Amino acid sequence: MSILVDKATRLLVQGITGGEGSFHTQRCIEYGTKVVAGVTPGKGGNQILGVPVYNNVERAVAETEANASIIFVPPAFAADAIMEATDAGIPLIVCITEGIPVMDMVKVHSYLKGKSTRLIGPNCPGVISPGKCKVGIMVGEIHLPGNVGVVSRSGTLTYDVVAQLTSLGIGQSTCVGIGGDALPGSTFVDILNLFNVDNDTKAVVLVGEIGGIFEQEAAEFIKGEMTKPVVAFVAGSTAPPGKRMGHAGAIITGIAGKASEKIKALSAVGALIAPNPAEIGLTTKRVLDRIST
Amino acid sequence: MKVHEYQAKAVMSQFGIPVPKGKVASTPAEARAVAKEIGGRVMVKAQVYAGGRGKAGGIKMADTPEEAGEIASRLLGTRLVTHQTGAEGVPISRVLVEEVSEVHRELYISVLVDSTTRLPLMMASEAGGMEIEEVAQAAPEKIFKVSIDPAVGFQPFQGRKLAYGMNLTGKQVTEATKLMTGLYQLFMTKDCCLVEINPLAVTADGRLLALDAKLNFDDNALFRHKDIQELHDEEQEEPLEVQARQWGINNYVKMDGNIGCMVNGAGLAMAVNDLIQYCGGSAANFLDIGTLNTTDRVVNAFRMFVADSGVKVVLVNIFGGMARVDVIAKGVVEAYQQMDIPFPVVVRLAGTNVDEGKRILSESGINFIEAEDFYDGAHKAVQAAKGQIK
Repeated sequence: MSILVDKATRLLVQGITGGEGSFHTQRCIEYGTKVVAGVTPGKGGNQILGVPVYNNVERAVAETEANASIIFVPPAFAADAIMEATDAGIPLIVCITEGIPVMDMVKVHSYLKGKSTRLIGPNCPGVISPGKCKVGIMVGEIHLPGNVGVVSRSGTLTYDVVAQLTSLGIGQSTCVGIGGDALPGSTFVDILNLFNVDNDTKAVVLVGEIGGIFEQEAAEFIKGEMTKPVVAFVAGSTAPPGKRMGHAGAIITGIAGKASEKIKALSAVGALIAPNPAEIGLTTKRVLDRIST
Repeated sequence: MKVHEYQAKAVMSQFGIPVPKGKVASTPAEARAVAKEIGGRVMVKAQVYAGGRGKAGGIKMADTPEEAGEIASRLLGTRLVTHQTGAEGVPISRVLVEEVSEVHRELYISVLVDSTTRLPLMMASEAGGMEIEEVAQAAPEKIFKVSIDPAVGFQPFQGRKLAYGMNLTGKQVTEATKLMTGLYQLFMTKDCCLVEINPLAVTADGRLLALDAKLNFDDNALFRHKDIQELHDEEQEEPLEVQARQWGINNYVKMDGNIGCMVNGAGLAMAVNDLIQYCGGSAANFLDIGTLNTTDRVVNAFRMFVADSGVKVVLVNIFGGMARVDVIAKGVVEAYQQMDIPFPVVVRLAGTNVDEGKRILSESGINFIEAEDFYDGAHKAVQAAKGQIK
């Protein structure tokens, strides 16, 4: 089992004819993902990488029964793309685009309210269920099928964490990058909720960072609901306050945004805190050894 | 993106927010002339991108135009050190000269996007003049909040709730509601991250007046606000950060340590800095090299390290995904060819095209320290910074 994406995923790519869109579509297909359609307004009727291209999402869904979308549309047009996919009834949207204005996302969230579509991202590496399906830009080869769920605000740090797990023989059920923006479509709580009821996920690795209160919300959820062990790391202990550390959401503007506060909250509810980012794999191994005995 | 107080006030007044009469001056003579024009006592306020100006001596009252000129000549051309700046402070190139108003009460109002509700949030408090986080700690019951639905905008009942929460009465309630509506419109129209008036004065004659004004704009939305982009004052920033941007490195933050870091990805870059500290060292910068298809940015990152006199060692930590390791490796070799590298360089490579990257480095004959993994990279960089390895 796994969450969000699997063998039944039928993927549509918004922005498939762009450089990044076509490059990563190719990688997803090679990994075994069923890419059934692409959308680029004005390029409908063509084919790229053997995938039919449509002018709009509604038509693409009607003809291909796509049930997930990945978005590579430039930032100024990405909010529109998310709403178009939502309107077409696609249940899962993964938005890779970095740099979408916050106000555009406020409107997107307002639009999503009351609809059943789940948004992952923006500004994220995507979702992968190892051995089954990849809807994202992550390197497929470092993953190993297994029973640990990974959820992270980072991209490349997650690759390192996954590589650590894989090298210790610890496979992953699904790895979800929720993205580095201030207003992510799905939060830690949303994804922990899914892992909590997934039969094949035995433990979860949570990789947070400075800024916002997502880690504190996760701690509340872990305390009240989570039945599986959580290993956590929060990046940015050394980040100065008031400085944006690359990600739009990674800025310490108040006390709650500090790594130390987040670590305190997660630790207080029983999450195992990795002492440093190079030992997230080892910390997970200790947790798994403990629950198997 | 930040702007100066005088610019924030100019933008606010376009949206009907009452601000004190005043003008910006960049010479003592100009300050004197503005003070004379206003008449009576004036405030002379240093214009810098930092809070805590009052306590740091950057805000002074002048009784006469001559005194205003003297204060301006003492401030202009110097650097102001506040609790928000480093020890080197920020340069004062302009002062805002403003009328002095008799203040009866000091209030607080701000608008930001709440990441929990994902909606604009307006906050108001009668405890103005202090940092809102201190109020939240000491007297949370004095903070009133309303979430705003972007589909319908700010509503009068929300204005009344906040106004009564600040213990305003009578005509002030209507006036405050109008002011808040203007603030919300400004927030939405100009793509702000933060609009803050602290303090918002209730004057002795009962008017509302924005004594200070802070606006932060969403960097991601600047493409549709050319007028706001033009307000940017590079002089207020760390010179190395300005230089980095000119060289195409958008995610660079100068820090206090001596290990220059080049990493791909923001989360990984923060984690590298954390790991360096865990190993007993400290990073000279945060640098996310991003995704690249050419070697230029890598060479420019090395130019940054050479330009930063604090750098004693460089740590390159790349986990290739979108960024290809072989391109990074080529960039490192080119940097060695193009400049004299006066410090040891530790390199950790993993991910897309890693074997090719490693081959490029080892065949180039350049002198670098190879690291096995994430931990080894940080550990060796710290050792090199201490002179234990070369």
